[in-house]
Amino acid sequence: MFESWPLLSLVIWTPIVGGMLVLATGGDKNATEARVLALVFSIITFALSIPLYTEFNSASGSMQFIEHHEWMSLGSLRFYYHLGVDGIAMPLILLTTFMTVIIVIAGWEVIKFKAAQYMAAFLIMSGLMVGVFSALDGALFYVFWEAMLIPMFLVIGVWGGPRRVYATIKFFLYTFLGSVFMLVAFIYMANKTGSFEILELHSLPLTKTEQMFIFIAFLLAFSVKVPMWPVHTWLPDAHVEAPTGGSVVLAAIMLKLGAYGFLRFSLPITPDASQELAWLMITLSLIAVVYIGFVALVQQDMKKLIAYSSISHMGFVTLGFFIVWSIYSPVTHDVKMIVTGINGAVVQMISHGFISAAMFLVVGVMYDRIHSRQIADYGGVANTMPTFAAFAVLFAMANAGLPGTSGFVGEFLVILAAFKANPWFAFLAASTLIIGAAYTLWMVKRVFFGQVANEKVQGLTDINAREFFFLSVLAVMVLFFGLYPAPLLEVMDESVTNLVRHILQSKIPQ
Amino acid sequence: MPNVYLWIVLAPLIAAIIAGLFGKFIGRSGAHWVTIIGVGISCLLSMVVFKHHVLDGGEIYNATVYTWLETERIKFEVGFLIDNLTAMMMVVVTFVSWMVHIYTVGYMRDDPGYQRFFSYISLFTFSMLMLVMSNNFMQLFFGWEAVGLVSYLLIGFWFKKDTATFANLKAFLINRVGDFGFILGIAAVLMYFGSLDYDTVFKSVDKVAGQEITVIDGMPWSVMTFICICLFIGAMGKSAQVPLHVWLPDSMEGPTPISALIHAATMVTAGIFMVARMSPLYELSETALSFVMIIGATTALFMGFLGLVQNDIKRVVAYSTLSQLGYMTVALGASAYAAGIFHLMTHAFFKALLFLGAGSVIIAMHHEQDMRKMGGLRKYMPITWITSLIGSLALIGTPFFAGFYSKDSIILAVQQSQTWGHQYAYYAVLLGVFFTALYSFRMYFMVFHGKERMDEHTREHLHETPWVVTVPLIALAIPSIFIGAMFVESMVFGNFFGDAIYVAPAHDVLGQLPKYDWLSMVAHAVPLSMPFILALSGVVVAWFLWMKRPDIPAKIETKFKWLHTLLIEKYYADHLYIKIIAPLSRWIGDKLWQWGDVKIIDGAIVNGSAKSVGFIASKIRNIQTGYLYTYAFAMIVGLVVLIAVFVYGWDKIISTLG
Repeated sequence: MFESWPLLSLVIWTPIVGGMLVLATGGDKNATEARVLALVFSIITFALSIPLYTEFNSASGSMQFIEHHEWMSLGSLRFYYHLGVDGIAMPLILLTTFMTVIIVIAGWEVIKFKAAQYMAAFLIMSGLMVGVFSALDGALFYVFWEAMLIPMFLVIGVWGGPRRVYATIKFFLYTFLGSVFMLVAFIYMANKTGSFEILELHSLPLTKTEQMFIFIAFLLAFSVKVPMWPVHTWLPDAHVEAPTGGSVVLAAIMLKLGAYGFLRFSLPITPDASQELAWLMITLSLIAVVYIGFVALVQQDMKKLIAYSSISHMGFVTLGFFIVWSIYSPVTHDVKMIVTGINGAVVQMISHGFISAAMFLVVGVMYDRIHSRQIADYGGVANTMPTFAAFAVLFAMANAGLPGTSGFVGEFLVILAAFKANPWFAFLAASTLIIGAAYTLWMVKRVFFGQVANEKVQGLTDINAREFFFLSVLAVMVLFFGLYPAPLLEVMDESVTNLVRHILQSKIPQ
Repeated sequence: MPNVYLWIVLAPLIAAIIAGLFGKFIGRSGAHWVTIIGVGISCLLSMVVFKHHVLDGGEIYNATVYTWLETERIKFEVGFLIDNLTAMMMVVVTFVSWMVHIYTVGYMRDDPGYQRFFSYISLFTFSMLMLVMSNNFMQLFFGWEAVGLVSYLLIGFWFKKDTATFANLKAFLINRVGDFGFILGIAAVLMYFGSLDYDTVFKSVDKVAGQEITVIDGMPWSVMTFICICLFIGAMGKSAQVPLHVWLPDSMEGPTPISALIHAATMVTAGIFMVARMSPLYELSETALSFVMIIGATTALFMGFLGLVQNDIKRVVAYSTLSQLGYMTVALGASAYAAGIFHLMTHAFFKALLFLGAGSVIIAMHHEQDMRKMGGLRKYMPITWITSLIGSLALIGTPFFAGFYSKDSIILAVQQSQTWGHQYAYYAVLLGVFFTALYSFRMYFMVFHGKERMDEHTREHLHETPWVVTVPLIALAIPSIFIGAMFVESMVFGNFFGDAIYVAPAHDVLGQLPKYDWLSMVAHAVPLSMPFILALSGVVVAWFLWMKRPDIPAKIETKFKWLHTLLIEKYYADHLYIKIIAPLSRWIGDKLWQWGDVKIIDGAIVNGSAKSVGFIASKIRNIQTGYLYTYAFAMIVGLVVLIAVFVYGWDKIISTLG
């Protein structure tokens, strides 16, 4: 029934149009209308994205749900409105539309100031992020890529904490500077092919030098987003200042855009440069896992702790991507463990989306009541909020990578693959088993366990039905993908295998 | 049969979910009924399975339940492998668990977290069953971590107590150190065998046996040794072997029923079970076997010493557990897997009994655990007294009691062993027998005999505990007496485990022993074998020191102050973790953060540029309107202009350059 539907366009533009309509409801007098409207649109968008999964052909690793229209041409260059998804992008799109529903519900009565604008910003952002995941034209990708930052700046700048201006500028500086280089790279390549078509760029022959420059340009754009060490310091600041919804989008979706960029652009367009610089990427990934893990251990601010934890977890993603050549043997051509590593990295992206979102929502629930993010201001929360504490412990365990939760799956697969690449990679990566558990559970101990620490904690009320709803939905997702990740792997396996076969071919013109 | 296996694991899981999520609706009695029935079903069906496999010689069952995930034709599955080893473990786990469930009704009667407790222990039963019934390494790791999770939740069950939440964090982290090794071992298995399925792995050991792995340049290691030692590091965490033992004594912060179930009978023996299950791998690495044996012997002897200076009744039993786990580990190192598993089984019964007996005493003493405030309890609680005596006799290896057969088999096996380090191991386990008897009967005399040292109020209210407590004690006392004699012939000297355990002919220490049965084994030991004499003298010395001349221990204590302090401080092992490793980690984190992130990256690089932007921004701020569309519009216009300039001017730029 959906064959003739422009599903991707619908998933992109429905929330954007919806966001405009929500804005039109006007000031805070009509806040309830704005919320209901936002919820309706977010649910419609999510519903529209479901056929992307149900109608998806897992046996094929190529692009599906393609929409291809001429957009404009400038001089000799052609721009296309070209959309399509493979098994890597599709789950990320579902994650985006799903999270938008959660964010609207989570911000429901919490956001009283400019509620309509808040809701609208997230709806528009959702559409733009789906655009990033489905764009198959570099220019279109770039437009979505930059445009989605605008609502994010606003979310932090308008609804943020006291140091929001600093955080916004830092965020802007980092992300914008990185992106400009990406644009230059695109234009350079477009001049060779005559268009920005990503699939054509994939097969564009490039010399080693060209590849190196392009790879570094992409690296600047994507490493900031992931974020990789040492361009990560904007993230803790942005998280601390952002309202809960902002942190959720940031952690659950935006970080994945950087990782997605590596998969869609860096690896397939510049495979030889990727191979050449893989050592650097692996080193930075392992530094992220270990160094950032230690930094997370000493954080006093819960949001900062989770932000650092995110960086550490994203280290697994980039590690999974760049161990390809350490595993590859030209003798056997065996790609099993390479695919396993990248599969693990993609699973980690999805899983981290749920878990980090849940962790930030957990902090948000407490922040809404006491207005503090400091660990020292809490203690014994489990006494006054037992149901909430149960959720918090579950998500903390998922964050610590406990088997049976989604947090385990990606890390496990990446560690297995990393061991094949080099036992030391696995050794360093697996140290997160200890460090990750230490910083997460130590926080849990100080915040939730013990006697009631102060009067504010004594006065806490347990979660209401709305909070129970979104936490339990996330809990179900975390457990489902932990106990039965097969459906997720099934949709991506073929696409990842295709990708791996592609990146193992040299693109240097003979 | 497949459906039976499935119900064995599902019954406790379903019960745990009902008690955990709907505890409020079903109430306190609802929670204990549903979990007791759930685990009861599991236990009875496990006995059916035991009969089918062990008594009727049913075929080994090995099949997949569902595919967890598949990546590029590597399958990760959840499945069951049921052979005699599994069947025996299932019965032990579910039976002890069932008794503990019943006992809990009495022990936790007044606790506000009643439903939560039942939910946790049923969840534990499920996890432990998944661990022992697994047919692959992935699921083994699942069960492994899941029992660790439940252990964490139960040690910290009374989460208001800081000591409890300290202990559970410690337990989890130390276990994670073990799991760190374990997961590397699993990764190595997948890399060299190409599969995580037990059957596939065991069938292709010969292909991997000769291979080497180079982790450090110039130091090639045998792959088997690498895998076995990595896996054993996991076992050291879970089965609390030196130096990863420090979490187990602290785990006594949890309620007593779980000390019996998790921290004595089942979970802590997971490491022993795992090594026995992996015997086809361990048999190919002399180095790994020696490593296992030495770690085990050290644990067996040196942890036993610590039991002597403890005054908390539960901690004495905890150190005794550590020491007994050491015995099992020594057996594994000597390739006497069957003896190790046999001791695991007998120990599960008598140690659970000792813990539950201690718990019964604790209930009667109104949650007083200090033995110096007990004494003469035998008059007030006869059932607890007799059953505890049975447990203690079994523990020290009194002939005809369960522990005698299993412990003597281990000692005989180690005596035969030729594995490097066997002399040390032999003297360690032999000497351990004396100290086991000494601390066990020190506890027994201090609690049940001698002067009544409790206060008047407590004495007036002393009485035997209710039937829900005493029935499990009796139910565990029976196997604590008979189970050894019943199974020694088939398990240790016969072919009970069949193909489940593989022993290389050169290592077959049990095969070199005469084929004892229950009677001839006693005849061999009494009255002149070393273990028997040592155990007997241990009891006598304990009687003399703590009944007859209680002034002597006090004098020894003052005379050998340094030794006493060393034992009280547990060889300063805790200091290593709490005073060195933990602060060092925090110091590293702090320095990386303050120097790396704040000073260098942010201070020097980012804020330098941010300040200039901030300056410009402060100028531009005047023209900012604060409306969303203005920002959006400006950004998009800027973007289009930028693209246009680049695209339009590109050819010109290139031609100018070229």
